[in-house]
Formats: sequence, structure tokens, C-alpha cells
Amino acid sequence: MSTPLPGLGELRARLDAGEVSAQELTAQAFARLDAVEPALHAFLFTRREAALAEAVESDARRARGEPRSALDGIPLALKDNIVQAGEPATCASRILEGYVSPFDATAVARLRAAGAVIVGRTNLDEFAMGSSTENSCRGPTRNPWDPERSPGGSSGGSAAAVAAGVVPLALGSDTGGSIRQPAALCGVTGMKPTYGRVSRRGLVAFASSLDQIGPFARTAADCAALLDAISGHDPRDSTSLPEPPLATSRALTGDVAGLTLGWLREAESVPGVAPGVLAHVREAVAELERAGAKLREVSLPHVPHAIAAYYLIAMAEASSNLARYDGVRYGRRASGGGSLTELYERTRAEGFGAEVKRRVLLGTYVLSAGYYDAYYRKAQQVRTLLRRDFEAAFAGCDAIVLPTTPETAFRLGEKSGDPLAMYLSDVFTVSANLAGLPGVSLPCGLDAGLPVGLQILGRPLEDATVLRIADAYQRRTDHHLARPPL
Amino acid sequence: MSRISRAEVERVAHLARLRLEAAEADAMTRQLEAILGYVAQLEPVDTAGVPATAHVMELATPLRDDVPGALLPAEQAVANAPAPRGTAFTVPRVLDDEAEG
Repeated sequence: MSTPLPGLGELRARLDAGEVSAQELTAQAFARLDAVEPALHAFLFTRREAALAEAVESDARRARGEPRSALDGIPLALKDNIVQAGEPATCASRILEGYVSPFDATAVARLRAAGAVIVGRTNLDEFAMGSSTENSCRGPTRNPWDPERSPGGSSGGSAAAVAAGVVPLALGSDTGGSIRQPAALCGVTGMKPTYGRVSRRGLVAFASSLDQIGPFARTAADCAALLDAISGHDPRDSTSLPEPPLATSRALTGDVAGLTLGWLREAESVPGVAPGVLAHVREAVAELERAGAKLREVSLPHVPHAIAAYYLIAMAEASSNLARYDGVRYGRRASGGGSLTELYERTRAEGFGAEVKRRVLLGTYVLSAGYYDAYYRKAQQVRTLLRRDFEAAFAGCDAIVLPTTPETAFRLGEKSGDPLAMYLSDVFTVSANLAGLPGVSLPCGLDAGLPVGLQILGRPLEDATVLRIADAYQRRTDHHLARPPL
Repeated sequence: MSRISRAEVERVAHLARLRLEAAEADAMTRQLEAILGYVAQLEPVDTAGVPATAHVMELATPLRDDVPGALLPAEQAVANAPAPRGTAFTVPRVLDDEAEG
């Protein structure tokens, strides 16, 4: 039986001590993948030979005493909406069948330069639009804790791959919670950086003012190492912050004494929030208090409107971004004759799944003449009010603590027939995207055998603070060490 | 009260260059109605005088010197096209096309 890979810290130590080679680690990752993939379907593409060849090179660098970074020789997975040169990138959409990227995403280029070994590309909701990974044209990913349940989404494949120990690290993207929500439901640590920290070049665009690449790992310390490697200004993303790469790893002191945490008052009145989830999150916050953090209550009065504002803005931006899939420049083209307009309409009808069509239609509607002010502009104004709520709250605390999700992993099919019910599962995550804040989700216990996620949100640019708090919690507890029965 | 009619869904589908089957248009009309009903909760929020947030970071459009850099070679740029011809993309002829709005 295959063995799950441990976290980055242990792998690095074993590599540096010469106890294991990058080739052996890569082989172990693929052995684990082969063992669990029939049950999980976490991957859309693997690159066995290329990964092994890269591991050979990594071993040679280490033998020469010239490893490039802490990630050199470490197996890693990419969500299939983050492009790598010479590899497919389908976004789990039929419309990108056969697409092969001519370039590396900036985050991928940085990981390759750091010596990381990319083993494959993980499943997602089509174009990252979903919260369950059920909207993949290749079928859903299953939750390692219970294969009848969803891993969450949209980065469900990356979350499941880390939870199952196929890889210690993976990249995802988070537009409304697509890293933090699956991290919570799969019992791993996942982080959405401050908007602009990580270049979006090579991340297939869904909602450009909200999209952000971020790390999945077993621990906050491992997330910090991965974030540090991919962050920093990129002149080829005009929304990239003009800041040097982060050094969050150095901020992980294990100390939270003197920090003030804000407990979100509205979290308890959200319809559908499970008592078991709230109880675990409250206990986690109590642990941080025992570690020396102060706690006070904070209010974000516009949070109850966040889902409505988020979906209007995300769908509007999506309808514009997805106009590029026209059957002319790349991807699928519908067969048969007809006019150019008919070609567009048939290609998009065949190529997009139901959720993508729904969002493109609604986004087009709210941007169309006569509706723009009532819907899109109104949502952007509520976005401003929500940002002001956060500014006021952060005047009195250093970070806000709340559940990542209202409930633990739901059953496959449970929400897929009701788009609105699925959207409501994002109630605790979308606000961070609307306000551009850094946020981390980390495991804080099991409720009826399923992982619960604690979410920590920080001020813009204070990525290191949320990771420091998460790391301090993990130094005092062992919830992040729990493994699914797989 | 109905917020969106099936005819309106079909009009928007055409704007978005999406062809919907009859059953699909019916389902989309119901689902869009439900979503628009939910987002109507924003109507009573007092936003008088509140500026719109298009972007969270107030970044100026970056400028750079107007010097040519490395570009994707044309052969690579069309390599993913479903029907390339040389280094060009091809589309059905448009000059004979019916008038489109």
C-alpha cells in the first residue's frame, strides 16, 4: 500500500539529510496518486516522465551542493486553470479541450526556477465557477474523508490531493473562497493572499477584480514557504502590487501575545450555520486566547449582503472575460457551416457547461442597458460599504476569526440542482475577495468525522499576520495532523 | 412578480452569443428569476453618495518605455486555433453574412 507524503518541513529535512532523493519522492507521489486516484479523481492530467526527469536534475543540483530553494525537489500540483508551457490547461471545460499553453504562468515560472517538481494538474469546477468541483466536464472530485461527499470547490482537486498525501503542496485560485472552502472541507490549510500579491498572469481569468492564486499545504508554515516563492511584483500583470516577494516564513514566531482577534458577531446569525461548526471554531479561538491573544467582538453589518454583491460582480466580470472563447483563436470549434454568429453561438453552447452559461447570461444581463445601475453599480457600492466595515473593524483588532464554511462537507448532488443554495455556502468567504484581504483556512477539529475550518482574515497586505496566527495555533494543536481514512 | 421573462433570457443569450435549447431556456429563466430575487435584497441598502468599488487597490495604470520586447512567435500564437491557415486564424466569410445587430 502506498504511503501518503508528509509535509514540506519533513520532506526538506529528509532530502537535505540524504535520506531520500527527489526521484524517490516523485515516485512516491505517483504511487500514492495511483492508489487514491480511482477513489478521488483529483487530477485531470499528470506528467510522470517530465516530473521524474526534473527530479533527476534536482538530485544532481543537491549532489553538487547547489539546491535552488527550499522547494527544490518537492512534488507539487497545479490547479488546471494555472498554465504551464507545453502542458494542457482546460479549466475542466470542453471549450478548452486540446489547448496547450505556449507559456508559463508567472507563479509557475517562479516555482520551476525554485526547482519544484510539478506532478500534474488538478480538477476544478469549470472555469473555477462553483463550490463543489461538480461543475467539471470530467466529473467531480471526491472528498478523501468521505467519497460520497464533495471536497468543496472550485479548487477541490488541489485540496483533495494534499489531504490524501499525494503532494505536500498545491496551487489553487480563490475568487470567492475557492481555496479556503475546499481547504476547510478537506482538512488542509489553504490561503488567499492579499489581492495583487501573486501575479495573475497565466491564471485563466474568471473575475479579474477578485481572482487570486494561493497555496494549499498541510500547515500554515508550508503555505508560507509556497507563498513566499510565488509572490512579488510582476510587470506583466498591471494589478500586481509593486512589492518585493514576501518573506512570511520569517514572521512565524509562534507568538500571538498582544494580538487582538475580532470575533465576527454576524457569524452566529447566518442562516444554516451548523452548531458543531460554530462550537469547534469557538474552541479554536479559545485556544488562541490561551496562547495570549485578546478577543473582542466585531461587527461587519454588510456581510449579510456580501453574497448578493459578490455574485453580481463576479458574474458581470465573468461574462466579459469569457467572451474570448469564440471557437476562432483556441479551443473547441463547433462543426457545421453557417455564419460567424452561428459559429460563435454553437461553439459556446457546446463548449460551456450549465453553470458557466448561467453566469455568462446573468452577467450579460446585469451589464446590459437599463440594468447596469440597478445591479452592477449597486453591487459595487455595497462592495465599498463592506470595505468600510472591514476598515472600521480592523481599527480595533489585528485579525478577524470566523468559520470558513457554515457546514462540513456536503453530499455530492445535495446542492447541484439548486444554484442559489450552492452560492449561499460561500457566505463566509466572499467578503475577503470583495475587500481584497488575506485569509487563511486551517483545520480545527472533526465534527461527526468531517473536518471543520477556522478562517482568519487580516488587513490588506498583512499576509504574514494571518499565517503567523495560523502557525501559532498549529504549534499548540494537532488538528492539522489528522489524516483521512484512505 | 416576474423579474425576467423567457423572451428576455433569449435576448440576453443572443447578446452573449449562446444558443439555448428550449428546455435549457426554460430552466435558465427559472434559475435567473430565483437569483435575481435573491440579489434584490440590495435594493433597500442605502448607497446614496457611496462611490463604487471597481478595484480594491488604487493602482495607477503602469507605463513603460515603448520598446519592443520578446513576443510570442506567430506560429505559436495560432498553434491552438481550431482552423488556422498559415499564421492566420480563419472564420466563416462575413461579407455575405446577414446583417447582424
